Amino acid sequence: MTASDYLCAALLIIGGLFFMAGTFGLLRFPDVFTRLHALTKADNVGLGLTVAGLALQAESWAVAGKLLLIWLLVLLAGASVSHLIAQGALQRGMRPWKR
Amino acid sequence: MQTLFLTLALFLVLNLGAGMWRVLRGPTAADRMLAAQLFGTTAVAILLLLAEATGGAALRDVALVFALLAAVTAVAFVRRAWLYTEDGNDSE
Amino acid sequence: METLIAGAIDVALALAVVGLAWGALASADLFKAIVLFVAFGLVMALVWVRLNAPDVALAEAAIGAGVTGALLLAAYAKLRAASPDANVARAGGMRGIGSISIRILILLLAAALGCAVWTLPSDYAGLGKEVAANIDRSGVSNPVTAVLLNFRGYDTLLEVMVLLLALMGTWSVGATAPQRETAPGPVLDSLSRLLAPLLILVAAYLLWVGAHAPGGAFQAGAVLAAAGVMLLLSGWRLPAALAALPLRLALAAGPATFLLLAVITVLLEGRLLQLPPLWAGRLILIIETTATISIGATLIALFLGAPPGKEDRQ
Repeated sequence: MTASDYLCAALLIIGGLFFMAGTFGLLRFPDVFTRLHALTKADNVGLGLTVAGLALQAESWAVAGKLLLIWLLVLLAGASVSHLIAQGALQRGMRPWKR
Repeated sequence: MQTLFLTLALFLVLNLGAGMWRVLRGPTAADRMLAAQLFGTTAVAILLLLAEATGGAALRDVALVFALLAAVTAVAFVRRAWLYTEDGNDSE
Repeated sequence: METLIAGAIDVALALAVVGLAWGALASADLFKAIVLFVAFGLVMALVWVRLNAPDVALAEAAIGAGVTGALLLAAYAKLRAASPDANVARAGGMRGIGSISIRILILLLAAALGCAVWTLPSDYAGLGKEVAANIDRSGVSNPVTAVLLNFRGYDTLLEVMVLLLALMGTWSVGATAPQRETAPGPVLDSLSRLLAPLLILVAAYLLWVGAHAPGGAFQAGAVLAAAGVMLLLSGWRLPAALAALPLRLALAAGPATFLLLAVITVLLEGRLLQLPPLWAGRLILIIETTATISIGATLIALFLGAPPGKEDRQ
């Protein structure tokens, strides 16, 4: 196991933790807006760290580029869809949860 | 490293299973769609891990297609179906 | 150790698939059933990956989870719009299965299928060896594409025809009431402007890569359809000039080319779709390109539902 292998493993494990945090938030948070927030953490950071770790292991720059492209697309789609859903929820009269 | 990739993939599959609960419970339509979005992102991560572990480069193309099409389904929900869902009728 | 974890992944995926399928069938709320079905398609694509079938996984991801999801959601919206006071909650869900005898029958069928799979010989290689032996004469190096477009091209010809027939059936049913549509906000507008060209590019890539790696006409056509669906959802409409003949040309291009090739091969070689090895690669590329365009156009037209010009306020 070289140093880059250790780094890759660390990145992947932390990414996995963020995925778990996202799922946990989706299950436990009280309303749509907070769940959206949890969801995008898994999207952005979880997938981002996973892609970073896998890019270290990639066999060529093209593969690393493809991984980066996938992450950017998920970012774009996730951000836009979150905005659309949150806007729609507000229009339907759902109010954010207050303590 | 193989073992790590596969273990993480297993972990993410379990996450996927946990996310199913949100689809079943709702209570609003948006919650169900959110959970489906999480499914999509988790599946992308699983595919990328499997591509590195056992599956080969083709799986990255599958992940790319996943990432793109999850957006299309969500937009179809927001623009079409959401106008008509009865929210909160979780009679299951 | 690795096979153990891989086995655990397979078991988890299998349970997820069964759970989602049960949920989709048993749920009393139609929208919940649709979302569960889309999730089912996602997990099914993962199952295909684990079964070493990336071509099918691509098709499942593009068609099953993507385009079909959008189709079902649009159909749900039209259903609710047409009959707003109808009760779309499906009565009973799984309770509708009914008598004990039907349940016993289903269990017997499941047991028979399980036995059949269990007793398959473990070294069953299928036709892999024969395909590998003949792949040099097929014009492509991806065995799946070789089987689909060359060795069993007849099946693919029929599939392309069936898709066109489905569209004709949908068009003949007639239009539903037009739906009011708000203007897309800036976010949706920019998203569709960014994603549509990207989807078209990915479709072209899948078409090209299908010759030597998982990909192909159906997958590319589905991604192309996703681009069209994205544009339609963002308020774009086909300009009236394109709606009559060019659209129909696009729809017919794939089946017509394939049919033409079939006729030519019968006349020249004596056998249906016997591609000469020297030309096979180029012919397959031509067929796949026209098929991609047709499949994309057909799926987009299915999403629209009514022939353009008849009811274009959808």
